[in-house]
Amino acid sequence: MPMPEWLRLRRAQPVPAEDAAQWTKCPKCGTMIYRPDLAANLWVCTTCGHHFRMHAFDRISMLVDGDFTEIGGELVPGDPLGWTDKVSYPQKLQRDREKSKLTEGVVCGFASIGGVPIALGVMDFNFRGGTMGTVVGERITQLFERARERRLPCVVFTASGGARMEEGMLALMQMAKTTLAVRRFQDDGGYYLSVLTDPTTGGVSASFAFQADVILAEAKAAIGFAGRRVIEQTIRQKLPENFQTAEFLLEKGAIDMVVERKELKDRLARLLDYGRAAQRPANGRGVAAPESPAPSETRA
Amino acid sequence: MNVIVEREKGLLELEQRISELKSQAAQQPVDMSGEIRALEAKYAEIQRDIFGTMTPWQRVHMARHPKRPLGSDYIGALDQFDELHGDRHFRDDHAIVAGFAKLRGRRVMAIAQDKGRDTKQKVFRNFGMPSPEGYRKVIRLVKLAAHLGLPVVTFVDTSGADPGIGSEERAQAEAIAQSLYELADARVPIVATIIGEGGSGGALALALADRVLMLEHAVYSVASPEGAAAILWGDAARAEEAATRLKLTSDDLLQFGIADEVIPEPLGGAHRDPAGTVARVLEAVDRALEALGSVAPEELLERRYRKFRRIGTGP
Repeated sequence: MPMPEWLRLRRAQPVPAEDAAQWTKCPKCGTMIYRPDLAANLWVCTTCGHHFRMHAFDRISMLVDGDFTEIGGELVPGDPLGWTDKVSYPQKLQRDREKSKLTEGVVCGFASIGGVPIALGVMDFNFRGGTMGTVVGERITQLFERARERRLPCVVFTASGGARMEEGMLALMQMAKTTLAVRRFQDDGGYYLSVLTDPTTGGVSASFAFQADVILAEAKAAIGFAGRRVIEQTIRQKLPENFQTAEFLLEKGAIDMVVERKELKDRLARLLDYGRAAQRPANGRGVAAPESPAPSETRA
Repeated sequence: MNVIVEREKGLLELEQRISELKSQAAQQPVDMSGEIRALEAKYAEIQRDIFGTMTPWQRVHMARHPKRPLGSDYIGALDQFDELHGDRHFRDDHAIVAGFAKLRGRRVMAIAQDKGRDTKQKVFRNFGMPSPEGYRKVIRLVKLAAHLGLPVVTFVDTSGADPGIGSEERAQAEAIAQSLYELADARVPIVATIIGEGGSGGALALALADRVLMLEHAVYSVASPEGAAAILWGDAARAEEAATRLKLTSDDLLQFGIADEVIPEPLGGAHRDPAGTVARVLEAVDRALEALGSVAPEELLERRYRKFRRIGTGP
């Protein structure tokens, strides 16, 4: 399969434009940043180091060596509850598709990082707050199943508000479904790294995000189970500034490391290297996993 | 305020009247049978009117009825129970009551969420909201059950996992994730019953099971109606609207293929006949265990995988 159009475009040099849309304000320090500069700095504020939430496509182009072959991209959600509040659920989905240029809250596929072939999943907060509905659950499940078949390590970037309300219990059940796939993958020798990015909460943090062999988090990312607002309402007091940050979780012993975005690719490559022995086929001959995915497997 | 308790008031008054008339009739030679029959007919009519068709919001309140049988009532009805305590790291979480038990003569590991009945118990049980230690106790006991070859039986009743500072500090998300992870590969049968409220991940952490049973008026939802309303509209007061949309009743869940079996409740709800309801649930659990008992562990795990694999969008 040829390189996806978005990846080719993102690899090309950014074309400077003059309109105001090319400027973005840092939500942390208020500095106005020229977007191409921001992109060149991996969406990290050039003044204060604030890590912006990243589009899945930007994340993938920043991380992978060469090509990326998407799987499960054809899966789109139905409307199992027939949900309507102000607008219908299908309308919300349509709006987010247009806004984010994504078909759902996670992009999954095959790629390599630092020369190590991997299965890669990247969630995106721009699509319904990265919430997990049936399609996110199915894509993640397929990712682990395919990674198991091909004996590839799996890397998942999480960014999620939790389970998607508009798909009700079918959304909640994706926690069970993905857990079963992760467990089977790991029991079969699979090596799994998760990278928790801002924000990782609810049903995603309480399932595959916290089931990885090694858990990384991006600097300052908000990570937790209950949302900050819910806790504040429950206890009726303001929470400290650093509560539920990546650094807070590191201190409490809940994650392995906090990584700055600019160091992320190198760090992942090193961590993946430690797992190379684990990905050998059961015959013990040490045949490496395929370098690039076979074209016939690019569509589920 | 519980809407079911409100609706029951008239019925309870009528019930009182009927029983008074009956005792009068027994003492006096006057024939009051006509009057009694009329009142009984009226009673039945009102009862059908109230409980025949209930809205999802009324179902939520039925699931939260103050007299509804709780987790410890099911534990108490087992033939034998030896409670096991603690997560071995931090403390014993009283929102989860668990231990070795005998159910209809069968050795099992029984695990129940308990909300507590009176104020003192409610505080002691943290209103049935488990902390990470609770889930870590579950993980430990599921491992022990698998080690000894004992089936796992869970009774789910929680509005959700505890959302406090301490729970976040001790990684609530990790505890739930690992509870699911443990249940995913436990090589013994697992039967979960939603007896009251199945609130979100905090309930699912005890319900990744081979068979999921639900009491007729239990509810099971992606978030509690209040939580969902807060998430969707920033307004917990719109809980009734959320309850209506979330599809959280036992009929809905059976239709989705998430619940495998619905256990009927007496007209008016489980609390109208607590002992009978508990007995019917234990009977259903026993039947489920009987059916799963003959399945080889590998096949059991394969079926468990497929059961959840097909929920939602297929490949």
